[in-house]
Amino acid sequence: MVALMASPATKTGNGDVARAWAAAAAVPDPEVPCVTVAELGILRDVTIEDGVAVAHVTPTYSGCPAVLAIELAIQAALLDAGFEARIERVMSPAWTTDWITLEGLENLRAYGIAPPVKGSTSKLALFGEIAITCPRCGSSDTQKVSEFGSTACKAHYTCKACAEPFDYFKCI
Amino acid sequence: MTGSAVLHLPLFDAVLQLADDHLILGHRVSEWCGHAPMLEEDLGLANMALDLLGQSRALYAYAADIEGAGRSEDDLAFLRLERQYRNCLLVERPNGDFAHTIVRQLYFAAFMHPFWQWLSANSADETLRGIAGKAQKEMAYHVRHAGEWVVRLGDGTEESAIRMQAAIDALHHYTDELFQGSPAMTACAQDGVLPDVETLRPAWSATITDVFGQGLLEIPDVAHSQTGGRIGEHGEEMGHILAELQYMQRTYPNLQW
Repeated sequence: MVALMASPATKTGNGDVARAWAAAAAVPDPEVPCVTVAELGILRDVTIEDGVAVAHVTPTYSGCPAVLAIELAIQAALLDAGFEARIERVMSPAWTTDWITLEGLENLRAYGIAPPVKGSTSKLALFGEIAITCPRCGSSDTQKVSEFGSTACKAHYTCKACAEPFDYFKCI
Repeated sequence: MTGSAVLHLPLFDAVLQLADDHLILGHRVSEWCGHAPMLEEDLGLANMALDLLGQSRALYAYAADIEGAGRSEDDLAFLRLERQYRNCLLVERPNGDFAHTIVRQLYFAAFMHPFWQWLSANSADETLRGIAGKAQKEMAYHVRHAGEWVVRLGDGTEESAIRMQAAIDALHHYTDELFQGSPAMTACAQDGVLPDVETLRPAWSATITDVFGQGLLEIPDVAHSQTGGRIGEHGEEMGHILAELQYMQRTYPNLQW
């Protein structure tokens, strides 16, 4: 199912909706501050209803402890931009790593977090394994340490080439 | 049954029961935080506990909506009496050693994974479909993670194999309750909102048989199934869980963070 998503491209112009989108979209994720909520794909839309800016937000994981902090930060950003604001939590369709934008993926890599991998050209893929590339040295000679990392959305890897441990943003 | 208010009660009961399963198991797993056998597993268990608590929050919030009586998700989670909790007995079983915890996790996750899959694809209830869309992915992780440990420890050392089999022998007779419907579940199944849980048994059995087979572990013959949680009859341990879980709200009523 392809969900239509609001993006800067569809929210340009000088109207209130565009201003509200810009204010909300710039909020960084509190646990992964190198990406904004828009780049992460969790800010689904911003609408104006009866003069109130409504930000539609989809959590990454059911138990993500950052959900409340994210919602408050978006609300505060909208208030700062001069809007009365509220948050609408949207559970369906469920968030997927496919919604992370290209800029978001690149920002994750630059920050030292391997972005989610969908396909793989590695021959290991033939054996059901995916090759995660080290975000520091680029080697694909990496090893999974734990399926669970420092936050719910990440797994823990180590690079066998440069010996650095790193986080991998899990593909869901 | 007349009137829409009456017709909605089975859905409230069924969602609440589902929420109780997740809250109590989430609380149990969270007890490992800081005590797991190694750091990576500490993170893993805490992450799984968070998944379960997150799922229970969404379910309690929905139950509160359905009831429409002004109770919040916190009221439902923290301010009921022991007999009013409808979680199955399996999830309240003590953590025991790591073998008990991981076998309990596999038994539950192997049941909930096909449960959420069914909901996500088939449920007539839009809110539950939404919760299930997320939860089914999280439960797939739980099945894989718990399954890997069961295989590694079952086919491990003499000591680990003995402990795994002991955990299975201690917990297996609690698993039948997962497939025991309640009047509320049956009513919701007839409405196409929830699956008929008995139809999930083949998927559950296939997972358990496969994992235990790889771990060289045996499924015990169970002469008598232990049940009662679905009608509020819990083991002694449930009181201890609630004492800890409800301490803050009972000591300082209406406390807010």
